[in-house]
Amino acid sequence: MAQKQFREVIREALREEMERDETVFVMGEEVAEYNGAYKATQGLLDQFGDKRVLDTPISELGFAGLGVGAAMNGLRPIVEFMTFNFALVGVDQILNNAAKIRQMSGGQIKIPIVFRGPNGSAGQLGATHSTAFEAFYAHFPGLITIHPSDPYDAKGLLKAAIRDDNPVIFLESEQMYGMKQEVPDEEYLLPIGEAKVKREGADVTIVADGKLFHVAKQATEQLVKDGVDVELIDPRTIKPFDIKTVIKSVKKTNRCVVVNESHPFGGVAAEVGFQIQRDAFDYLDAPVLRVTTPDVPAPFSKKLFDLWLPGPKQVIDAVNTVTYRN
Amino acid sequence: MSNTDKTSIKSKTASIIRATDLPKPTRKTHKGLNISEDQLLELYKSMYLQRRFEERSMQMYQKGKFGGFLHLYIGQEAVSTGSDFALNEDDDFITAYRDHGHGLVKGITPNEAMAELFGKKDGCSKGKGGSMHYFKTEKHFWGGHAIVGAHLPLAAGIAFANKYKENDRVTICFFGDGAIDQGSLNESFNLAQLWKLPVIYVVENNGYSMGTAVQRHSAGNLADRAVPYGMKYDVVNGMDLFSVIDKVSEAAEQVRRTKEPYFLEVVTYRYRGHSMSDPANYRTKEELDEYKKIDPIERLKTYILDRDIATEKDLDAINEEVEETVLEAVEFADKSDFPDDEDLFRDVYADDDFPYLT
Repeated sequence: MAQKQFREVIREALREEMERDETVFVMGEEVAEYNGAYKATQGLLDQFGDKRVLDTPISELGFAGLGVGAAMNGLRPIVEFMTFNFALVGVDQILNNAAKIRQMSGGQIKIPIVFRGPNGSAGQLGATHSTAFEAFYAHFPGLITIHPSDPYDAKGLLKAAIRDDNPVIFLESEQMYGMKQEVPDEEYLLPIGEAKVKREGADVTIVADGKLFHVAKQATEQLVKDGVDVELIDPRTIKPFDIKTVIKSVKKTNRCVVVNESHPFGGVAAEVGFQIQRDAFDYLDAPVLRVTTPDVPAPFSKKLFDLWLPGPKQVIDAVNTVTYRN
Repeated sequence: MSNTDKTSIKSKTASIIRATDLPKPTRKTHKGLNISEDQLLELYKSMYLQRRFEERSMQMYQKGKFGGFLHLYIGQEAVSTGSDFALNEDDDFITAYRDHGHGLVKGITPNEAMAELFGKKDGCSKGKGGSMHYFKTEKHFWGGHAIVGAHLPLAAGIAFANKYKENDRVTICFFGDGAIDQGSLNESFNLAQLWKLPVIYVVENNGYSMGTAVQRHSAGNLADRAVPYGMKYDVVNGMDLFSVIDKVSEAAEQVRRTKEPYFLEVVTYRYRGHSMSDPANYRTKEELDEYKKIDPIERLKTYILDRDIATEKDLDAINEEVEETVLEAVEFADKSDFPDDEDLFRDVYADDDFPYLT
C-alpha cells in the first residue's frame, strides 16, 4: 500500500476504467492540455489522446448535454465540472435529460454518465462558488449522488460509478484533493449505497459526509477525550442513502447528530432526521440535531465565512446537547 | 427571407413568411430525385397517415380519451416524410414535442403511437412519456423532447458517439423556430462545428413560437444562426416534399463525407394552434388559407395525378387503407391496458431493486 492523494486516486480510477473500457472518455474545461484545473486528469491526454480526453469550451449546458446524448448512444462519458457551482447553467441537461429520459422512454435508454468535480465551499470564494449540492441532486429521482470523504472510498466508488448504468453525480472537494491516505495498489471497487461505520461507539451517533466528515472527525477526537464514546458514520453515498446502518446505530446509541454542508431547509440532515424519527422513534433519548451551513449564502469576509461554515465546535455543542452534557 | 422587416408587423397579421414568399420549390421530378413510382405512393401514404392519425387523435382528445398536452404537426408532414426518405434507416432522429410525425416515419407503429397518447402500457414509451415523449430507439428514434431547445446538445452527443464509434450514421435534429432563441442552440452549434460532428440541425420554421410570430421573437434571419460558426446552411421550402428530399439528401451527403454539421431552415406552417387549447387568434384566416392552398399532401396528389402515376381511385384506396389503420390504432389503444401499479417504480433506474425512498 502506498500513501496517495485524493487527486491521484481520482486519476487512477479514470485511467484504470479508460484502459478497461474503450467507451469511457473524459471531457470538461481544462481537463486535457492544462491537465485539469486541480490536476485530477493529469497525464490522461498523453496516454489516451484527444479522441478520449477532450477540452471543452466554457459551455456547461452544451457539454453536459452532449455527454448525455453520447451516453444514450452507447458511450460512457465522464464529465468534469471545474466546480459543481458552474454546472448550474447546464443543470437542465442533468435534471431533465440525464435523470428522466430513461423513465420517459419506458426504460429503452440507459444513460451511464458520471458528472464529477468539486462541490461545496472552498474558503473565501463568495456566494456563487460555495454551494454544496448533495441535497439538491439527491432530490431528483433518476440520479445517484456520491459524496466520499477520503481517497480510499473515492477511488472504489468512482470506479463503481463509471461502471454503473445510471447517471451519477460524484462530488469531490477542492480542499480534499491534497489529502493523503493508504490506498491499495491492486484494483478494488466499493458498493454504491453503503455507509461505513468509521468509528464504533456506544454513546452517540454522528452522521457526516464529504468534507464535513473531517470536521465531525475532529469533534469526535475531542469528544472521545472528554469521555463520549462516539459512533461515526460516513454515508459515502447520499442517494441511495443507507439509512439501515444509521438506524442500527441509533438503536444502540439512542442519540444522533447529522452533519452536512448543504443548507438546512430540505437538506440531507433534514431527510436523515425525518427517517430516524420515523424508524427509531422509541429508541431516541433526545431530539436528533443537525449541524449544517446556515440558511444564508456563503459570505466572503473571513470572519463571517468562519461563522458560516460549521466547525468542530458546533458538532461538539450538538453532541453535548443530545447527551444532555450542556 | 428577411424576418427583420418590422414595418410589416401589424397587430393581428404579423406577417411571417407568407405562403407566396416561400423559397422556390425544386424543379426536380421524382425521377430526378431517384424516387420510384411505388415509393412515391408510399410517401403519399406516409404523409396521409400522419395527418389522419393526428386528426383522429384530436377527436379522441376532445372525447376525453386522454389528457395532457397535444401538439399537432398537421401541415408540416413534408418535413418529417422527406427527411426520413432522404436518410438511411439507421440514421438517428431526435425532435421536440411536436413529435408524432417524426415518430411515425421512423417506425413507431400507429398502434404504439396511439396507445402512448392514451397512456397505455403498449405505447411506444410504455405510457410513461405521452404525446411529447415518443421514443423508439431500436428504430433510431431518440424522442420526443419537451423543454424547448434542450435536445439540441443531445443531438450533438448522439452524433459524437457515432463519430467516436466510427460508424457512418448521421443524426438529424428537428426543432421549432422558438428554439432558435435558446442558448442551447448556440452552445450546440459551437460544439458541433468545433468538434466536426455529423449532425444536421433543422429548424422547422412554422412562423410561430407558440403564439409569438417569428419577427417578434427572433432578431435577424434564422438560417444566419449558422454563419458565426462557419456552419454550412440552406433554406428550404417545407411545404414541398421534393424540396425537402432534395435538400436533406444534399446535406446528408455532405455531412457523411465531411463529418461536419449542417443547418437547414425549413419554412413550413402548422394548420392547428400551438396545442389543443390554442384558438390561434394571433393569425388571420387568410394567412392559414394561403398555406392550405399549397398543402404538401394535396401538392403531391396533384403531381401523382397529373403524371398518371396513379388514378384518383388508387389514391382513394390508399386513403381508405390509412383510415382503417388509424381506426384500428384507436381501437387498439382503447383496449390496451393501463400500466400496472408496480410500473410506477420501474424504468427510473437501471436496477430492478433500487431502494426508493418511501
